Amino acid sequence: MAQAFTKAMARNIFYGGTVFFFLVLLALTFQTHREWPELDNRQAINDVVTLGKKVWEDNNCVGCHSLLGEGAYFAPELGNVYTRLGSVEAIKGFIMSRPKEGIPGRRSMPQFNLSEEELTAIAEFLKYVAGINTAGWPPNIKG
Amino acid sequence: MKYQSQKVAKLYFIAAIGLFVGQILFGLIMGMQYVVGDFLFPEIPFNVARMVHTNLLIVWLLFGFMGASYYLVPEEAETELFAPWLAHLMFWVFLAAGAATILAYLLVPYAALAELTMNDLLPTMGREFLEQPTITKIGIVIVVLAFLFNIGMTILKGRKTVVNLVLLMGLTGLAVFFLFAFYNPTNLVMDKYYWWWVVHLWVEGVWELILGSILAFILIKTTGVDREVIEKWLYIIIAMTLITGIVGMGHHYYWIGAPEFWQWWGSIFSALEPIPFFMMTVYAFNMVNKRRRNHPNKAAVLWALGTAVMAFLGAGVWGFLHTLAPVNYYTHGTQITAAHGHMAFYGAYVMIVLGMISYSMPLMRGRELCNSARSQSLEMWSFWLMTISMVFITLFLTAAGILQVYLQRFSDNPMDFMVVQDKIALFYWLREITGVIFLIGLIVYIASFFIGQDEPEATVEPLK
Repeated sequence: MAQAFTKAMARNIFYGGTVFFFLVLLALTFQTHREWPELDNRQAINDVVTLGKKVWEDNNCVGCHSLLGEGAYFAPELGNVYTRLGSVEAIKGFIMSRPKEGIPGRRSMPQFNLSEEELTAIAEFLKYVAGINTAGWPPNIKG
Repeated sequence: MKYQSQKVAKLYFIAAIGLFVGQILFGLIMGMQYVVGDFLFPEIPFNVARMVHTNLLIVWLLFGFMGASYYLVPEEAETELFAPWLAHLMFWVFLAAGAATILAYLLVPYAALAELTMNDLLPTMGREFLEQPTITKIGIVIVVLAFLFNIGMTILKGRKTVVNLVLLMGLTGLAVFFLFAFYNPTNLVMDKYYWWWVVHLWVEGVWELILGSILAFILIKTTGVDREVIEKWLYIIIAMTLITGIVGMGHHYYWIGAPEFWQWWGSIFSALEPIPFFMMTVYAFNMVNKRRRNHPNKAAVLWALGTAVMAFLGAGVWGFLHTLAPVNYYTHGTQITAAHGHMAFYGAYVMIVLGMISYSMPLMRGRELCNSARSQSLEMWSFWLMTISMVFITLFLTAAGILQVYLQRFSDNPMDFMVVQDKIALFYWLREITGVIFLIGLIVYIASFFIGQDEPEATVEPLK
């Protein structure tokens, strides 16, 4: 680097740039919060959905599946599974019917022995997620 | 080694390497489950193996960062560590908490663990990389605060170098942004938005400050280049890191229910994120070329150059590959992400920790400057075995990802997820085989600590 460019200048760019762009992040975050009510499907959140998110987390579903593209890539995307399977009942039926000992040679979802209340809750949670405005993602129904 | 208290780093490095082995073994289990779906089912379901794989990575890198700090901070500050006893105590606390958490993942169903640790009081579990029980998270905070206090007080009472200040800023940021792990609203969009304040602001933000300062320390020590020059580079690199990386976080906000303006902000700023990594590569090679001495620890220099190159490829190039919103629309949540993640973590963080171990471990074990030629030769073999296999793991996952994107999302007749997984199994097999070679590299690496220890130190021709 040229001698005219001193360490003090580099240091000032670091501090100035960091502070400035952190403020930019805060401003964009503020604007994001303002736009969320139109996007994040918050009106669908109720006690059942809240329980559903707890079931989702307590069973580490994200350890195999992705949700809105984030998580593991071992099992199908579930952000749009409500749309793909078509109903709360279909989601519940799928989860309930997983064989305890798996499927020979193939990937299989574990049998989580969820109660009827938990099954409904997780399905309602996934229905809520399917209502989030994700800017048109995923590209198709396959997730 | 100039100060006795630096030696506490040795404990941390030994633990780091031990956990690294565990991480790779569980990586191989997962890789096998990708192709033989019922492998170890239902004893070790995929999600458990993955949790162990990723959490071990995070924990051993933290051990590595802490060890590196305990080694380099006293030397830079020219004073003994503020409280060596605290560093010892926290080591055992962290190791016990980490081991207990990993064992709990393996021995107890996750839902039972959530109940056992009273997750309902403050639900933080069940989110990617933040799977630890809330009590473990609180433990991490305590350990990190005690560590920061120790490092901060050492810096305060000693010489304040740029390397130490940048490291301290990185570590402080690590502690501060981890606090977002405790924020978990039911609103999934808000949950995800702030989850990234831990994950992105760690690995694409403050961790790069830690990387930069450790690399600067190794370069100062091994090349003898004037500290002023290295510090100027360090400042400008981390300036570019945060100028691009903070708003670059927007590349995670395209499809999770955040406003669409993030597609512009995220694409533009994250497209610039490779710049600091490119500068780091140029700088590392420049410093080695302008060296004022030939350091006999060739292995450490190799890791330093290696981390610069591999971080640029893994984080920079493979990150850029899928960072623009129109591309990411198709690649989001596919094996492309996995490919990028593997090479970026290995290049930026695994290699810098191994580089620091390579430089400091011989000194802590009583050598003057470096290991014997035989040990170093083995270590450099392990460097190439692990690095080349990581390149191929990344290439195979990239191939799998491109096919996955095409078959599942792009072609005229998109196929189901599981159908596509079967069709790309060949690449998963190749990845698994390459993973075994990585493990062999790791075994050679560990062997390098035991073989050639009774031989004299390596020497080099003095620089003409």
